[in-house]
Amino acid sequence: MSNKLKILVNGIIRENPVLVLVLGTCPTLAVTTLAVNGLGMGLAATLVLMGSNVAISLLKRVIPDKVRIPAYIVIIAAFVTVVEFLVHAYVQSLYDALGVFLPLITVNCIILGRAEMFANKNKVLDSLFDGIGMGLGFTLALVIIGSIREIVGMGTWFGITLTANLFDSMTLFSLAPGGFFVFGCVVALANKLTKGRTLKNHKESGCAGCPAAAACSAFNGGKGEE
Amino acid sequence: MKGFLMILVGAVLVNNFVLSKFMGICPFLGVSKKLDSATGMSVAVIFVMTMATAVTYPIYTYLLYPNFIYLRTLVFILVIAALVQLVEIILKKFIPALHSTLGIYLPLITTNCAVLGVTVLNIDEGYNFAQSIVNAIGAGIGFLVAMVLFNGVRQRIEGNDIPKTFQGLPSILIAASIVSLAFMGFSGVVEGLFA
Repeated sequence: MSNKLKILVNGIIRENPVLVLVLGTCPTLAVTTLAVNGLGMGLAATLVLMGSNVAISLLKRVIPDKVRIPAYIVIIAAFVTVVEFLVHAYVQSLYDALGVFLPLITVNCIILGRAEMFANKNKVLDSLFDGIGMGLGFTLALVIIGSIREIVGMGTWFGITLTANLFDSMTLFSLAPGGFFVFGCVVALANKLTKGRTLKNHKESGCAGCPAAAACSAFNGGKGEE
Repeated sequence: MKGFLMILVGAVLVNNFVLSKFMGICPFLGVSKKLDSATGMSVAVIFVMTMATAVTYPIYTYLLYPNFIYLRTLVFILVIAALVQLVEIILKKFIPALHSTLGIYLPLITTNCAVLGVTVLNIDEGYNFAQSIVNAIGAGIGFLVAMVLFNGVRQRIEGNDIPKTFQGLPSILIAASIVSLAFMGFSGVVEGLFA
């Protein structure tokens, strides 16, 4: 059981997908204008991650190696559609707030990355815990960034007024530049706390740091040479 | 004509996909280091975005709507993945010069959320076919503009003495924040130009 716990905690802290692995940057920046949107996005992605990790882990012997990336994408897209419907049915306000970023969970690097790096090598239960851990890590990062942006940008936190109008809120933090700025500062803080582990792992940021990038270029390259 | 120009300028400057809609951040941060790879990637994105819109729009309008709307995400991502593959094979066979320039960027585009994003947004915005194509081209050009400008910014940062904690990604993100701030100056430019 301690092994399962280790997998769980690994995703939340040691290999936090946003702050340490620097994956899934698009939704991280786009939906974190309010803490509650970050929470909703994180939980939606967690559901998709759990579903896709379990399904891919179950099917790992069935899916031929050559077409595994398209197969993963189809599985992920199916779970995204399910989650999209659930959110639309039960949390209309979140559905409106997330907008196009809800279907875009499909192309979130974290999910394809975990499928490629964890679910297709490990047991079903381990994959489930990895999905939960990574999902919660994603949620945690989104809530942190969302909280900072909401408190500074609007003076509220989860809709509760904090500053009591003592000072003017800086609307800029709710807009696009604030997203980049807060994310940059939070990554720097994570750098400091992990003593540069983030830095060392990610000299090359973005796509080069995305585990799926190597996989998809390897896949496409292999097929192109036939 | 005015309507098309409004969509085009809006997509390039005001609602820039990277800097105000936060789509395609991964390649924006990852590939903007060298100018030639930044432009190569952007040209590939413009190409794939336009093609993807041209293919997904009829599929949605004539096949999926109104009974199979729920298949939208699934079908769109499959179409984009297949399209990227097809484009790569065709380029390799018939235009090898272009393939050697764009080839390495094409596979990365499948998981670029800007491409899926533009196809989904075109449907959500209720654009017709021509408007969708214009919007896709505009979004692609917006990506190119953001990439090239940001490449210039990054070259200035490089070699500067940045505090250790901020080296690498954090400094790049804060630079992106400033570029994004500059792009906010374009808000209202569409109304001003075409009023």
